[in-house]
Amino acid sequence: MSAGGVLLVAVLALPGLGAAVVAAIPADRAARLVGTVVAALTLLAAVPLAAGDRGWFAWSGAAPAVRPWHQFDVSWVPALDLRFHLGVDGVSYPLVVLTALLTLLCCGYTLWRVPAGGGSGRALVALLLVVEVGILGTFLALDLVLFFLFFEVVLLPMYAVIAGWGGEDRRRAARKFALYTLFGSVLLLVGVYVVVAAAGTADIVALTGGAGLSRNTQLFAFTLLAVAFAVKSPLWPLHSWLPDAHTQAPTVGSVVLAGVLLKMGTYGLIRVAVGVAPEGARWAAPVLGVLAVAAILVGSLVCLAQSELKRLIAYSSVGHMGFVLLGVATLTATGIQAALIGNIAHGVITGLLFFLAGAVKDRTHTGALAELSGLRETAPRLAGLLGFAAVASLGLPGLAGFWGEAFAVIAAVEVGGALWTTLGVLAAVGGALTAAYFLRLLRQVTHHRPSPAVDRLTPTLAGAEVAAWAPLVLLALAIGLAPVLVLGVAEAPVDALVEVLR
Amino acid sequence: MSASPSVVQSVDHVALLPAYLAAGTAVLVLLTDLVLARPRATVAVAALGAVATALGAGLVGAGGGRRTFCVGGDCSYVFGGRAALVGAVFALLTLGVLGLSGGHLRAGRAPAGEYCFLLACSMTGGVVLGAAGDLITLIVALETLTLPLYVLVGLRRGSLASAEAAVTFFVVSVVATTVSLLGAALLYAVSGGLHLGRVGAVLAERPEVHDLPLTAAAVALLVLGLAFKVAAVPFHAWAPATYDGAPLPVAAYLSTASKLGGVVALLAVVTTALPADRTGPVLALLAVLTMTVGNLVALRQRRTVRLLAWSSVAQAGYILAPLGALALAAGRTGEARAGAYAAALAYAVFFVLLELAAFAGVTALRPPDADGGTLDDLRGAARRHPWLGAGLALALIGLAGLPPGLAGLFAKVTVVRSLLDGGAGWLALVVAVNAVIGLAYYLRLAATLYAAPAAAAAAPRARAVAAVLGVATVAAVVVGFAPQLVLDLAAR
Repeated sequence: MSAGGVLLVAVLALPGLGAAVVAAIPADRAARLVGTVVAALTLLAAVPLAAGDRGWFAWSGAAPAVRPWHQFDVSWVPALDLRFHLGVDGVSYPLVVLTALLTLLCCGYTLWRVPAGGGSGRALVALLLVVEVGILGTFLALDLVLFFLFFEVVLLPMYAVIAGWGGEDRRRAARKFALYTLFGSVLLLVGVYVVVAAAGTADIVALTGGAGLSRNTQLFAFTLLAVAFAVKSPLWPLHSWLPDAHTQAPTVGSVVLAGVLLKMGTYGLIRVAVGVAPEGARWAAPVLGVLAVAAILVGSLVCLAQSELKRLIAYSSVGHMGFVLLGVATLTATGIQAALIGNIAHGVITGLLFFLAGAVKDRTHTGALAELSGLRETAPRLAGLLGFAAVASLGLPGLAGFWGEAFAVIAAVEVGGALWTTLGVLAAVGGALTAAYFLRLLRQVTHHRPSPAVDRLTPTLAGAEVAAWAPLVLLALAIGLAPVLVLGVAEAPVDALVEVLR
Repeated sequence: MSASPSVVQSVDHVALLPAYLAAGTAVLVLLTDLVLARPRATVAVAALGAVATALGAGLVGAGGGRRTFCVGGDCSYVFGGRAALVGAVFALLTLGVLGLSGGHLRAGRAPAGEYCFLLACSMTGGVVLGAAGDLITLIVALETLTLPLYVLVGLRRGSLASAEAAVTFFVVSVVATTVSLLGAALLYAVSGGLHLGRVGAVLAERPEVHDLPLTAAAVALLVLGLAFKVAAVPFHAWAPATYDGAPLPVAAYLSTASKLGGVVALLAVVTTALPADRTGPVLALLAVLTMTVGNLVALRQRRTVRLLAWSSVAQAGYILAPLGALALAAGRTGEARAGAYAAALAYAVFFVLLELAAFAGVTALRPPDADGGTLDDLRGAARRHPWLGAGLALALIGLAGLPPGLAGLFAKVTVVRSLLDGGAGWLALVVAVNAVIGLAYYLRLAATLYAAPAAAAAAPRARAVAAVLGVATVAAVVVGFAPQLVLDLAAR
């Protein structure tokens, strides 16, 4: 086994074993500490994956469209065409690192504060680690059936996180989350086996480019896969699980949900749906584009009318993921690159926003915007960070949120034609609405005279909070100033993918 | 041998060894009860007999296919790999149910000797059923499997529900047997054969027989009669009442071994005897109805055993689903057909394992000799007994077909795969949507286990029940990570 293969297995095995160990340690604080260490080790194992064999970059006619830097491939269940085939490339690498980072931050945050609700802290950390296994596995899987398997792994642990540590209405929200996303994943299962039955293999490397699938198979498979990923992403009108789940989930749950769990949908759309059924993707692209723009507009309009902090951020996710999906729907190199960087930026910024919203709610015990005025007066640092995150999220140039949204619009306009130009313009209008609702949020929360709930606050931030937020603030700045951090690694695989789409 | 005019058949006693072991167990149990009159010894003998039967089935099966009671090329008793798998599973299920029965027997509401004897008789029927090569052997074996259960269901002294359940079960089951017998008789009338292979060959070779209305009637009666045994909708109404009225270990046996018996019988006739173009549409319709109705009604259940009963109705639909692919021409090619049978059997094996674990979990978390109670009776049970609760939760999640219950997930994957290989994408979608409905109630039960407890009524621990739950859970985890083991055996 090569060093890269060892790293790939380690990235999954560390959190998996770590979860078992954390669950087995009876002392709560010690268990949370072990969990945090395991999450840190996972991040340490994920980062060096970048040092891979990039010899694939050299153009050659026979090279497949997916060119992993590292691979690990053993047979698991031959009767079901299931191979334990992992690999990492420029499309998945940034997401893998983001997942490992956010899980580490969440585990560290749990070390400092366990959300109220009844469950023990170590159980929460163990569940977060299992969720991490599922998300990382989804990003690393190069076998369709394995991809589906990891896609499913996330579901119940996340359900338990929401149901065990969430807000007042958590049970309903958790059940809605589980049923909606299971609906998506069973469609994924059928879609996967439509492809496998037709192609006789489940190897994503071999399948990318629609190898030998008939047009009808591709249309059927793409429809199933796209709906499956649209539920997870979520794409309007299948998004209604998201606001409830995000609002009710504990802070760390919201961060993982918004930060990386949604990305499984968009990543799957790029890697699996578009990659395996390009003909279907071309056929469905206008529909996807229209739905994406509808999501942007609906998300922003709903946000303008929101009166609850976490719910507003949740709906803003619908809008932001709309930009990502618009990028994918253009099926151009620019668009897909915009989708990838939009994914990462949204993960960083919305993760930060949910951390901050959680901090505000923990301190004031309310999320109603009307009761949060004057935060600037009593908690200037918190208000400043919230301002920074909001401005980053609305897409100010120089911060991470800008690139994904701007280039999604540019890509749509570049495709040309009446439809795509209109979509680009409407998306730009949506961008302006995004700015409007975030500025409204800031005006309501930071300005005015302090409300009674805010008046009690002290300006200090806990060390654990600073430690959890600082990496996200820095990343938002770094990606904003140097988008090449993401785009550099993603360029070659995206070009290869677009090549087979033609 | 067959050329000889003599009517004396040569009998391959090695092939019959598992059946001898099972029947011997029944006799020994009766003798032990008579001589020693100590319930512990009786149960121990029954358990040892079940282990011996499982080992015997495994050993004979590993030695390659054996057949006996042959007339010409047709044999009434064919003990191959699949029969070995079925026999071993029956014996192990019996062992598991014996493990669950401790509390029930100690409460003194059922006599241990009779209880174990009846279970062993039922096991004998199951072992023979897997090897049945003709319609008579098949139906007699199925009756041997079912007959003791009428008594077992009603054996709970002083329980009106139990007696009612026994009567319902008895009446429905007898009608079902009559219907299948009529079907078998009509099939004999049109084909002139009783051996499964012979009937299949005649119907395949002679289109004029195949197209007779009488053949259609015979096929329909036989399939529907057997559908009663698997509790497929619309022949399911007996199951929830019977399961809920029966003692918990007997309900566990009914929903695992008895259901497996129906599936094996149905598979046997559909695989070899009946024309696939006739059975396919019937089975597809049965499968769709069974899973949908089972899941929808299960959503509304408030009693634990009724919920499990309706869920097991729905699970029977998933078992039948791969056979529904036979309705389409693409599903009747040799490879797709073999895949469909293997998928149905594999699903059945995964299912009985998880279902046994689920019943073991409920038994473990309830007071000894209690019935399943309502869902509220299990509220917070997993907080008081983390290991038992985790075992039950894992079984339920497996039945829902989600990780970490990988065994159940792979079972669903197997079914969906075989359906798409057979070109029945629509049926795969029905299965998929049903899996979502199923999650709703399995999740409700699992979440109840972890909810804040209402009253601290700690159930006393029964070590044997916990052991059954532990072994079933470990087995489910093992086949979850290595499903190829089951898939290989089912495909043989």
